Amino acid sequence: MFESFLTYRSGRWFWWALALSAVSIGLYAWHDLPDPPNGGTWLGYTLGSVAAALIVWLIWLGRRKRDYGSKVGTVQGWTSAHVYLGTALIIVATLHTGFQFGWNLHTLAYTLMMIVILSGFFGIWAYARYPSRMTENTGGKSRPELYTEVAELDRQLQRLAEKGGPEVATAVASAVERTVVGGSWLAQLKREDRSEVQLPGKGLVSNAGMAAIVDFVIEHLGASRDGAQGEALRELSTLLGNRARLLSRIRRDVQLVGLLRVWLFVHVPVAFACLAALTAHIVSVFIYW
Amino acid sequence: MTEKVKIAVVGAGPGGLSAAAHAAELGVSHVLLEKTKKHADTIQKYQKGKHVMAEPNVLPLRSPVPFEQGTREVILDGWAEALEKHGVDVRYGAGVSGIEGERGAFRLTLENGEVVEAETIILGIGVQGNPRRLGAPGDDADFVQYQLDDPDEYKGESIVVVGAGDAAIENAVALAKHNNVAIVNRRDEFARAKDGNIALILSAIEAGDVTCFYGTNVARVDTGDFNGAPGQLVLSTPNGEVPVPVHRIIARLGAVPQRGLVEAFGVEFPSKDANALPTLSSQYECNVPGMYIIGALGGYPLIKQAMNQGYEVVEYILGNKINPADHPLLEEKFKALPYKEDVDGILAMMQERIPVFSGVNPLMFREVMLDSAVHAPAEGSVIFEKNDYTNTFYTILDGEVQIEVAPGLTIASGQGNFFGEMSLLSGRRRSATVRAGKGCVLIETPRRTMNKLLNSVDAARRVLDETFILRTIQSRFAPGVPLEVLRPIAAAAQLNQYKAGELLFAEGDDADTLHLIRSGSVTIAKNFGEREIPMAYVAAGNYVGEMGLLGNSTRSASVRATVKTETVSLDAEAFNALLDATPALRAEMEGAVRSRSQQNVRMQGSDGSGDVLSFLMQQGLGEATDVLLIDKSSCVNCDNCEVACAETHDGTSRLNRKAGAVFAEIHVPTSCRHCEDPHCMKDCPPDAIRRAPGGEVFIGDNCIGCGNCERNCPYGVIQMAYKPPPKPGFWSWLLFGAGPGPGQKAGGKASKDEIKKAVKCDMCKDLAGGPACVRACPTGAAVRLSPEAFVDVVSARLP
Repeated sequence: MFESFLTYRSGRWFWWALALSAVSIGLYAWHDLPDPPNGGTWLGYTLGSVAAALIVWLIWLGRRKRDYGSKVGTVQGWTSAHVYLGTALIIVATLHTGFQFGWNLHTLAYTLMMIVILSGFFGIWAYARYPSRMTENTGGKSRPELYTEVAELDRQLQRLAEKGGPEVATAVASAVERTVVGGSWLAQLKREDRSEVQLPGKGLVSNAGMAAIVDFVIEHLGASRDGAQGEALRELSTLLGNRARLLSRIRRDVQLVGLLRVWLFVHVPVAFACLAALTAHIVSVFIYW
Repeated sequence: MTEKVKIAVVGAGPGGLSAAAHAAELGVSHVLLEKTKKHADTIQKYQKGKHVMAEPNVLPLRSPVPFEQGTREVILDGWAEALEKHGVDVRYGAGVSGIEGERGAFRLTLENGEVVEAETIILGIGVQGNPRRLGAPGDDADFVQYQLDDPDEYKGESIVVVGAGDAAIENAVALAKHNNVAIVNRRDEFARAKDGNIALILSAIEAGDVTCFYGTNVARVDTGDFNGAPGQLVLSTPNGEVPVPVHRIIARLGAVPQRGLVEAFGVEFPSKDANALPTLSSQYECNVPGMYIIGALGGYPLIKQAMNQGYEVVEYILGNKINPADHPLLEEKFKALPYKEDVDGILAMMQERIPVFSGVNPLMFREVMLDSAVHAPAEGSVIFEKNDYTNTFYTILDGEVQIEVAPGLTIASGQGNFFGEMSLLSGRRRSATVRAGKGCVLIETPRRTMNKLLNSVDAARRVLDETFILRTIQSRFAPGVPLEVLRPIAAAAQLNQYKAGELLFAEGDDADTLHLIRSGSVTIAKNFGEREIPMAYVAAGNYVGEMGLLGNSTRSASVRATVKTETVSLDAEAFNALLDATPALRAEMEGAVRSRSQQNVRMQGSDGSGDVLSFLMQQGLGEATDVLLIDKSSCVNCDNCEVACAETHDGTSRLNRKAGAVFAEIHVPTSCRHCEDPHCMKDCPPDAIRRAPGGEVFIGDNCIGCGNCERNCPYGVIQMAYKPPPKPGFWSWLLFGAGPGPGQKAGGKASKDEIKKAVKCDMCKDLAGGPACVRACPTGAAVRLSPEAFVDVVSARLP
């Protein structure tokens, strides 16, 4: 039935990656290392070539993913291979370095590669963890559906607020208008609520969690002597509470979608930087041979 | 005042125009009577600038009136010009309310009381029908209207919309912007309309934009001055009569089918079936001598067909024996056959030799043959393989075929017989491989054509049903038993039809029958206290009720149809006779009972599994043959599935990942399920929607963009879309930023003449490797499944 990319075809790429790592380690252990160890031996060149080829192929996933009519495997299969062979790259590339690091271009390429791989690990973790939480958070509803619910609530709020008196109506309208969802990428990831409301006598104040407007309505409720108005205000406060809950879900959804994607903003650009550094590394090695 | 003409043409649609113009051209006395104020009313009502197609392309046009594909305006202007040029005597606002008399002396009574006398009558009034009237005293007031062209035309009026369908809701909501609007609903809720429209009207009512009178009927319409309004509508509500002053009443109560009117003219229909067509001679004459029927009313919905018929029918009335426009097409088709006779001779021979076709009127049979293919396959060649998806129905004109009913068991079938009748139920696989025998000549008829025929010819339907039951029993239960032995058993069997949700039998009932599911599907459920919990899903082609017949005397579970379902039922006695005739069947049945019991126990042991099944059924998957499911626990919202769909299918994604219900982390996105009996296929004028041999329901290039399928699909998976202009390649996007890039939407259309056509999932039948949506999913969250795998989905969710 449903099969994760991690267990794709009984983990076939896991076994390939394991085999590649084992062979690399075995050869390294068996090989006569020069002193100091470096990538200049036949094994060094072999491991280097394999690692370079892997890097190019791993980046090629971005091309394959966009090649929608491609018959070369499925994207799921490619992702599975990408994950496991990318992990094996740690072994292959590290052995290629012979553990010789320094403040130079070669180590830069290696470092960039490690950043890419580690950001990928975060990606795997995120992919395993967040989808279920998203469903749990929204009850399976999509973002547009949630916004439709908000719009529906807003309409009801407006109607009730008018019954609550002009001050309440203006305040509620202001709270609705100054509701903020999202914002900068950091605000999205931190699930910040920068909503505000303009209240009589208080000016523009923070309305995080709809707290300020709820308080305002409840104050009016306490002061109200009119039965129908009181009823409207009571209902209004309930609806505002519902709205706060709904918005909090949307912010959580924004946050989770962000977490599912944020690592790609490291993974992809650094991969290209790594490719550039790798090219420089290869060229320089041949020049200074 | 009366006048007498040779030909009275009723209805100024394409067929009527063509007939009247041809009569005028020949100088024959005629009159063209049109109910509305303009010619071609149905096409006048198309939206502005709509592109009208001229299918079928192979058919030549034979008419003094021009017609080729183009915009509505160009076509209507061309027709108006032709009316003028030929001096057609056309009368608008002349609806015919009654016809009496006979050939040579017909009297047509018009709605305004005038009478027209005619020797012959051509009826070309289409099937659109008249709008249903309010049916209350005073409903002829001039502020009562049955159509709304432009809602923005009215401002500041009090308007009552009567009706609860899509048209009524759309009108009410649109008018509410600038007017004081009420809607009158005969029922207590809005159920007939689309979900979107129901949501629209309910929110408008709640917001106070529209006042709704539920459970209310119209008592009468009064004219006069009511607070400045020209009239008032008196409603009979559950709380008594309520008067509402109105400026305008808009009644949207659907249309009265033409059939009642046509029957009043004396025309007979062969059956009560709503799809039945009047019986016509090969010259379009109906049972009333001198009265001819052309166009959609006679079963020819396409414009060009109707126009050709208009021309031909005038020739026939004048006594000229011309060949129909399709004659050369049939001639070409029959060339491949080893016969010397001419077209009419071959057609007559076919009807003589093949019993299913013998009761069919020649005109209808001609139409059947136009749609059909004829083959003379070499001996031994395969006609179709077992497990292919079926689309066509075969009849044997000559020679014989070999049907492999079981491995190594072949039976011959000869001249006059038919096979492949399972195709009449779309979504069924072929049950046997068939090979051509010696001197074999076959007629292959598409499913839709055959079904149209069966709806109109009862005799053919009966022949088919009997054979169907017999062969179903043979192929499913007793492949080795000769038909002669099975005939008495089949004779005792019954065909049953169930509506969605209807019970086949309930837990605790006496167990007296076995049901073989012919089409549709069922769920088996057991009662736990108050709740009925589904235990299993059974698709068409399988049987239910066997547990009761083997051992138990009462039903151990309830069985309910998930969608419209047909079954063949065998009573206990017949079934036991069958078991005695086939010992192997008893063993198979006992095995089936065992595994079903095991499954029931397994499902009972877990909470919630039945809920998953119920959920899938609620999503309409009971009629699916292949469905896209998304595992929400691994979907990362990357939308690659949608993008891949759009990129491989002219830029429009045929699935909507963001839509659709979720339960227990299973998401049923808006995407085609390739229904067993597809709703979209029901009303496609050019027959562009087909089922491919692999089971995929797809829309062919001959789509005319009418939008019927989009409206008929209950799952909203069909869209109308333009073909977009081509996009730059991957590298020019990556390196030079040329757009739109992969996955980005290209706006606009490929060429100026491009029209919106219907698009839907074709399961990527033309792409090697399977559905692009599934292949593009990076995490394996998207899968396509057949219903047989639902049980696996459910058990995968078990603890």
